Amino acid sequence: MADRKIVDAKNTFCPGPLMELIANMKQAEVGDELLVLSTDEGSANDIPEWINKVGHEVIESSEDAGVWSIVVKKTK
Amino acid sequence: MKILIVGGGMGGTILANNLARKLRNELKSGKASITMLSASDKHMYQPGLLYVAVGKMNPSEMYRDQVSLLEPSIEFKVDPVTEFNLDDKNVKAKSGTTYNYDIIVIATGSRTHAEGTPGLAEYAEQFYTEADAVKMYKKLEAFEGGKVVVAVGVPHKCPMAPLEITFMLVDYFKQRGIWDKVQLHYTYPIGRTHSLEPVAKWATPEFERLGITYETLFNMKEVNENAVVSEEGTEAEYDLLITVPAHKGMQVIEDAGLGAGGFIPTDRKRLNMEGRENVYVLGDTTNLPISKAGSTAHFEAEALAENIASLMTIGTATRDYDGKVFCFIEAGDGKATYAMFNYQNPPDPKAPTAGIHMFKTAYNKMYWASARGLL
Repeated sequence: MADRKIVDAKNTFCPGPLMELIANMKQAEVGDELLVLSTDEGSANDIPEWINKVGHEVIESSEDAGVWSIVVKKTK
Repeated sequence: MKILIVGGGMGGTILANNLARKLRNELKSGKASITMLSASDKHMYQPGLLYVAVGKMNPSEMYRDQVSLLEPSIEFKVDPVTEFNLDDKNVKAKSGTTYNYDIIVIATGSRTHAEGTPGLAEYAEQFYTEADAVKMYKKLEAFEGGKVVVAVGVPHKCPMAPLEITFMLVDYFKQRGIWDKVQLHYTYPIGRTHSLEPVAKWATPEFERLGITYETLFNMKEVNENAVVSEEGTEAEYDLLITVPAHKGMQVIEDAGLGAGGFIPTDRKRLNMEGRENVYVLGDTTNLPISKAGSTAHFEAEALAENIASLMTIGTATRDYDGKVFCFIEAGDGKATYAMFNYQNPPDPKAPTAGIHMFKTAYNKMYWASARGLL
């Protein structure tokens, strides 16, 4: 399995979880998986929205005690 | 105790000055020393670049001699680090000198990475160095109308810069009397006009009021002679392209293998490099998911100065960095507002006022007192 890098964006407001993910995606290799941790409820929607628009892949998304865990895969 | 500070920007300078005051007795008795290594003998007020780019500040106003900002007890050398040997507690610098330390603070900052976006350096304007800001101003002066596109890379220094340059461009074109000949189009990487939702809620209606068009979820992929193309598959045609390029940490950090992209993995509260107790990181150099801004470096430096001083005097740290950030937002039309937040409390920016703009203008001068650790 590819390395799964953790992007811990809990309790941060700016630049925010999606922007952190975009920055980390640039450094990732095709096939890498990234786990984004976010306390921003909006991440459950805006991360998948961007991932789908660009053409990457959402592997899983879950919430536990106010922390959203979203795993994405860089596909291109 | 030898304290070595690498980098003479906002974070390194405030840290050095605060430490010099807190450890006055230890420095005098020889129990401690503070050495700063920098790549330049000048200190630049980086927010001034925005003003230079629209002809509102002369470049010479952005600089002071670095040594003039430092407490006399700090040893300052222009000798950029070329090698970090963290296991041996030393660095090697350009002069060939090896500097030993007990504690090192790395505050080398970040830089634009225009070459990461094909065509950007060739076709787009940017304003993150003096030369680029002056070049952009000359381009603006020669511009007589057409479509101006603002495009933003990730990550970038100063999260307010995309909005500020947009509103400052409106003022610039109005003052030149050509606003009616300009179509200003703003693009942004995420699904709203700013990363901070309250700021986006203010900015979006302002765009609509001013007739600025915008496209969100737009990440620069490449730039050609007439258009900027996004990762999302769209493109924006332009006559003049103004960009906030993606940033990276400094090359020496990447070369030393201290962190991907030149950003060092850092503990968000104690600001030590992950896995290293005597290596601290400040400002843009950290990989923390917070704003790369002068105020971030400022508040981090204050917390770290207290901790390094208390480590020396009582043997333990006493303060966590709480994630505090304070950003002015130039809103155009002689007004400004600000956003202040930390790890626990989101920002709640108020409507822009002339008073805050005047304070920001004053801060452009007060910065030098801030760098000295006096504000």
